Order: sequence, then C-alpha cells, then structure tokens
Amino acid sequence: MDQFAVKVFVRLRPSVLDPAGEATKCASIKLGAEGIKSLRIGKMIEVKIEGNGENEVRGKIDLLCDRLFANTVIEDYEYSLEKL
Amino acid sequence: MDNFTVGVVVFPGSNCDRDVSWALEGCLDIRTKYLWHESSDLSDVDAIVLPGGFSYGDYLRCGAIARFSPLINALDEFVKSGKRVLGICNGFQILTESGFLPGALVTNKNLNFICDDVELDIVSSKGDWFNNVDEKQTIKLPIAHGEGRYHCDSDTLKKLVDNELIALRYKNNPNGSSFDIAGITNEKGNVLGLMPHPERACDETIGGTDGLFTLKSLILK
Repeated sequence: MDQFAVKVFVRLRPSVLDPAGEATKCASIKLGAEGIKSLRIGKMIEVKIEGNGENEVRGKIDLLCDRLFANTVIEDYEYSLEKL
Repeated sequence: MDNFTVGVVVFPGSNCDRDVSWALEGCLDIRTKYLWHESSDLSDVDAIVLPGGFSYGDYLRCGAIARFSPLINALDEFVKSGKRVLGICNGFQILTESGFLPGALVTNKNLNFICDDVELDIVSSKGDWFNNVDEKQTIKLPIAHGEGRYHCDSDTLKKLVDNELIALRYKNNPNGSSFDIAGITNEKGNVLGLMPHPERACDETIGGTDGLFTLKSLILK
C-alpha cells in the first residue's frame, strides 16, 4: 500500500458572491495594503490516505470532493497529491 | 386522520424540533413523533419535518454532513412514495445538500445573522402548502438565519420558474437570494423547503398565525 498526502482546495465558483471575501478585502485595504483587485476565501483540506497506487487514490479523492468536500452547485475543487 | 403522525427529525444541534412539535400538537392537534437522525425506520410516520437549527455543527457547509445520516438515506423512498416532507431553515439546507431540491443556501449577502419578520409573496400553489386560493397572497413569517441566501444557476432558475416550483418570494429580499427566493418545492410538490419558520407563527400571542396553514397541509395526501 502506498501512502499519499493530499491537499484539496475548495473555492466558491466565480459566479457566487463571496461576502466574507469582500469584507476581508475591505479590511485589507484599511490595513494599508494597496493594489488588491480581488479577494475570495476558500477552504483547504489535508488528507492522508493509502491505496494501491495513485490512480486508486485519485478515485477515492474524486469521490470525496464531488460528494462531500465541495457542493458543486456553488463550489469548484482541485487537489494536489504527494506520495509519502 | 386520527392516527396521522408527523415525524420530526432530530439531529445533533436541531433546536426548532420542539417548536415544530408544539405547533403541530398544541395548535393543530396533529400527533408527532421525534425521529433520531440515526433511525432509518420511517414506517410509522405519514409526513416528515426537517426542523431548523444546526446539524452536526453545520461543519463543512450547512446540511453537508446531515446528508449522510441513515434517516436522510431512507428519505428517498419516503419522498418517492408521495408522502410529504417539509424542510424548515436548516431542514431546507439539508434538502438542497442531499439533492431533494435544487440549488444551495449560502452566506447572507450582508454577512449578518438576520432575525426578523418578513413579508412573503405566495407564488405557486404546487403541493397546496399555502393558502393562496383567496385574495391573501402575502404572508408574514419570521426568519432567523446566517446562511439563507438561495443560489442556483440560470438554467435551474428557469426550470424553477417554468415548472412553478418557486413557492415563496421575499417582498424585500433580506439576504440576497437569487430571484428573492424564500422557498421552493420539488416537481411533484410533496417536498417543500423554506428559510422562514412557519412553526414560529402559529399563535396570535407570539405574533401571528400565518404559519398554521403550511403545517396543517402536512396532513394532505
């Protein structure tokens, strides 16, 4: 069995308003940071998982992302995978 | 109708379950039974309410983890049989997360938790959940939510409009919902999800009775 470290990034789709991101953008500007054009908040999920090779693990992560980690009505996801 | 029983689902974190039960039993004389979320036996209830509050801490997204409870798994057959399911607030969020209703509910546009009475237009008579046979097309119900902004893509919205699945629209949209949507039904009409709380508007002494009709309609076949 191989073990993998997976980082999943879940983001609101571009068409979905992110009011928390907008509020954070306003605070960033108040802090004095200049030049911020856009700020959106997402989630990062770290998973350690084992399986028989990368393909099998990708299958499991795809299922988790599609059915649980992200709601694809409002969110997109992507992930990176590193063999340990 | 004497034995008609409404199942009120209890998740870890539900906090409107007793309100729903009080409204049904105390105001409408309809028998209720609490259903723990780990139960999958729905054989002795005739309709189901998914009440407001929180479920599993609403971790990840509201309703995202509740979707995997044994009770929600069993709900599919129940809905297919034509029995009625009412999802209020967190219950509405669970119904969208689990795919019984389209779209999703996201953080309010102004980021505030809104606790207020709102005026609502009754849009569709699908499922006969609202009393819109007379001239009273507007009702007032309380809302209490931080994540009640209904969102769907334009194709879904067109489908909702074309098939008359939009049950309620806010008169003064408080949370930024697409198309002012406050509640929708499935195509068959036996599943209704809404953010406002009809169970909190069932007695004049607490501010109105506009919620009675919706709860009473649970006993319709």
